[in-house]
Amino acid sequence: MVTTALEERLRDLAGSVPDPEMPVITLAELGVLRGLRLTGPGQVEVELTPTYTGCPAVETMSADIERVLHDNGIPQVEVRTVLDPPWTTDAITAEGRRKLTEFGIAPPRPTGPAGGPVPLALAIRCPHCGSTETTLLSRFSSTACKALRRCESCREPFDHFKEL
Amino acid sequence: MKPVPTAQAPAAADSAAAAPAPAGSLARDVAAAAPALALGDDALVLSHRLGEWAGHAPVLEEEMALANIALDLLGQARVLLSLAGDEDELAYLREERAFRNCQLVEQPNGDFAHTIARQLYFSTYQELLYGQLASESGPLAPLAAKAVKEVAYHRDHAEQWTLRLGDGTEESHERIQRGLTALWRFTGELFEPVPGLDVDLSALHDAWTTRVESVLTRATLTVPQGPSRGAWTAGAGRQGLHTESFGRMLAEMQHLHRSHPGATW
Repeated sequence: MVTTALEERLRDLAGSVPDPEMPVITLAELGVLRGLRLTGPGQVEVELTPTYTGCPAVETMSADIERVLHDNGIPQVEVRTVLDPPWTTDAITAEGRRKLTEFGIAPPRPTGPAGGPVPLALAIRCPHCGSTETTLLSRFSSTACKALRRCESCREPFDHFKEL
Repeated sequence: MKPVPTAQAPAAADSAAAAPAPAGSLARDVAAAAPALALGDDALVLSHRLGEWAGHAPVLEEEMALANIALDLLGQARVLLSLAGDEDELAYLREERAFRNCQLVEQPNGDFAHTIARQLYFSTYQELLYGQLASESGPLAPLAAKAVKEVAYHRDHAEQWTLRLGDGTEESHERIQRGLTALWRFTGELFEPVPGLDVDLSALHDAWTTRVESVLTRATLTVPQGPSRGAWTAGAGRQGLHTESFGRMLAEMQHLHRSHPGATW
């Protein structure tokens, strides 16, 4: 697909929208923006993929993308949700991972060849003190995409963006 | 619920089998409507049951875990029901007999161990089923490929709790065993053919049995004996026959939408 300079600029704009639940990271860094193309004058189609099937943030993301594109002269924006290929935490960029850590969320480890929970081989580092002595409190946390852990060194609880 | 994928004409999948295929983009979905309805109803009903734990779970972490699992299932239900028709109409305006979920998912929560037993049986099945569907190229493959990764966490959660309860105290052992035994007779239905769903059911059943037996053995629990289905349960939910408590659950789930048609916030 040929991408025009305008499409590239609009894609950058859409990608710069912050994630509604973790506003330190952008949609581009989260890896959920799949594509953007002009379908006519002032008319754009955006493809967005959810992190989790039931992620309630998708609707806010769509609305935020529409708003930023409207503000930049595109009156007609259609955001489509696509599932295939499924999103994986490997789609989060290096910069995104750095920002998550800074925000107090341990970033996901690289996923294995098969889907599902990763055997606890690699240590998960505490985003506050950097210790690798951390334990799992719950596989499920404040949002679908996170697990709850506790640091055994500084005793702080923290969220871990779990591998998917 | 607001439609995520584009809302379609109100073609309830229940009537889709009998009615001629609607014109346009919906026609593509009609082939998938029956299996999408069955699997979508499984996800929707179990999501609602798990949602009933909100405010009642034994510890805060489990409150969040069960709500998270319910949310994943609700997301899956929305995609699946949208393949079968209008998600809101299907969820809120169908009568009990039009639901195609298996009877296992509609069983009341019972105590925490009972819920975990239900989760173990169902999430093991769902992960294997989605895994098969994901490897094919059918209309359910994209959702299955996405959801199988979520369900792997649900199954892991159920397994960890089964081990902990089974190999825990005398009380916890007895309770999880009681739940497993009580729900056993609903497990056979999971492997009844679903019209339009092209999966290898005997392979699914074998893999399920191996997996569940391995967990129960490690948890020092006994694999329930006795029939896993009865004449009256074989495929009954998939045919629209449900158990007594399901009607009450539906009444609670649907009453707001039915009392205030078209209400939004």
